[in-house]
Amino acid sequence: MGVEIRVEGLTKSFGRQTIWQDVSLTLPAGEISVLLGPSGTGKSVFLKSLVGLLKPDRGHIWVGDRDLPYLPEAQLYETRKLFGVLFQDGALFGSMNIYDNVAFPLREHTKKSESEVKRIVMEKLELVGLLGAEKKLPGEISGGMKKRAGLARALVLNPEILLVDEPDSGLDPVRTSYLNQTIVDLNAEIGATFLIVTHDINTARTVPDNIGLLFRRELVMFGPREMLLSSEEPVVRQFLNARKIGPIGMSEEKDVSELEAEAKQGHDPGKLPPIPPQLMTSDGRIRPGQHAPGAWCAAHGVTPPPGSFVDDLGRNWVEEWPRYVASMAPAGGPPPGAHPGGAPGHFPGNPPPGQQGAGAGY
Amino acid sequence: MSTPGIGADQRGDGKGGGSSTTFRKIGDGAANIAIREPGRFFALCLDTGRAMFKWPFQWREFIQQAWFIVSVTVVPTMLVAIPFGGILSLQVGGLIRQLGAQSYTGATAVVAIVREASPLVTSLLVAGAAGSAICADLGSRKIREEIDAMEVLGINPLHRLVVPRMLACAFVALFLNGLVSVVGLMGGYFFNVMLQDGTPGAYLASFNAIAQLPDLLQAEFKAFVFGITAGLVAAYKGLNAKGGPKGVGDAVNQTVVITFMLLFLENFLISALYFQFVPSKGM
Repeated sequence: MGVEIRVEGLTKSFGRQTIWQDVSLTLPAGEISVLLGPSGTGKSVFLKSLVGLLKPDRGHIWVGDRDLPYLPEAQLYETRKLFGVLFQDGALFGSMNIYDNVAFPLREHTKKSESEVKRIVMEKLELVGLLGAEKKLPGEISGGMKKRAGLARALVLNPEILLVDEPDSGLDPVRTSYLNQTIVDLNAEIGATFLIVTHDINTARTVPDNIGLLFRRELVMFGPREMLLSSEEPVVRQFLNARKIGPIGMSEEKDVSELEAEAKQGHDPGKLPPIPPQLMTSDGRIRPGQHAPGAWCAAHGVTPPPGSFVDDLGRNWVEEWPRYVASMAPAGGPPPGAHPGGAPGHFPGNPPPGQQGAGAGY
Repeated sequence: MSTPGIGADQRGDGKGGGSSTTFRKIGDGAANIAIREPGRFFALCLDTGRAMFKWPFQWREFIQQAWFIVSVTVVPTMLVAIPFGGILSLQVGGLIRQLGAQSYTGATAVVAIVREASPLVTSLLVAGAAGSAICADLGSRKIREEIDAMEVLGINPLHRLVVPRMLACAFVALFLNGLVSVVGLMGGYFFNVMLQDGTPGAYLASFNAIAQLPDLLQAEFKAFVFGITAGLVAAYKGLNAKGGPKGVGDAVNQTVVITFMLLFLENFLISALYFQFVPSKGM
């Protein structure tokens, strides 16, 4: 269930322009990670590099024991079957209807009978709420539906890794929330490793287990959600709180004089807002990769900002969690934290294995 | 205290300024045109050649594309071929009459149309209609990320999309060449007999006076090569389209221009070789 992706020292440039350099991170198996960054920092380029659509200049991308950029073509195509990718506009094949689009990977890669294909396609379409639209052409449906259809197509081969490029672009906030919920539920369902590229702060604050931030051609930080949400690092703090005050300017970065002027005017970055509780699955199931609320903060002696982990009903999830885990344990499968991906230890700043991961700290 | 050194440094650091940067840009551009683009194009050709022999062949796509190319080329081809035959008759007919070789009008028409005119008209149509359509199709797929999606789904777009298109192009070009020959000759016949008072019998009787079967074969060979070339250039430009809808437009434009140039060059080369290897009849 889920495959770990280890990225080491990845560098990519187009001509003389460096997009990013020395990006190293580990996407823990079965967990949801979000990659953030201002527009134009090469988030989509990073995503495309991960599936081998773009070849990096330097560095390694380990998918299991295979180093993706250096694979021969046949093996690359083979490895790509582990991936499901949802492109920005769904990237549906314009000449096929929704049904054929979703059935396409099955017909290409499996020897399943047409009735079997139909069963799987209908199942996936139901999962994304598109039953009844299967005879429509991509040109006849809205952006949100295209995205969901693209998601269904990315899912038919039961991918081990799901990459999502800007699930929120062009969607209204309500549809974005639904899509976020779908992503979380999917993660619980198929247990794949997720990477979501976005610049939607709300998504980034509530959905993932891990967050990474690209800025100024570098990966500023990558780690558990709580680590970034409680970070005092100016770039991280500015971006995750969508503020004007900080090093990020309108065009990439502010110059020194602007920063000095800000400092002189006495702008202070203000208090960190509370860390919101993480989005739960809609049936209340605990995802295999889910981290226990407050676990990272507790393990690293960080005091989360006041009001953190408190939901709309006023429940503090740090206190609620052990009870919740206990109440869920008999009903649903293995206890959380038992999966191998719950103890990632590769990226800097990660707690040692055992202290992090769902409920393991309790 | 002036500090001249600082001023000199700044000039060197200026963004985009300085003659060295300009030279570098020009050098980059030249290298791009002379080496990189042709290199990438040949790489694509080789990859496509390799993908061509991969099983299973995409018959469905091949037939669909062939039908599509037929539908965009047949009518224009005929409309171009008729006046072409007519013009040949008008131009050559007058000259030949002055020389007193009127009975050979048919022979000249066959030679001119079968040997040269039909491959040329075919090349115009294959490049202008089929190539541009293929490029636009692949280009729009590229910018909609469909090509990327296909690769991610583990399917080689060269095998799936480019090979059937290229072969369909070549396949249809063979027939277009035949069509131009027939329609052009009919046009020539019409003009000669109706407008220039030629005798139908003489026109038809002199048909094989100069022309021979290898003329037709080389024309068909040319058409096949043209079809392959047009398909490959269109695929190359289409698959490298970038920058939104305008990028696709640019790619189509470049496809047509490049294909034209390549096809005329190929036409010349094949003709030159043909005359070296096949002796002309009766000379």
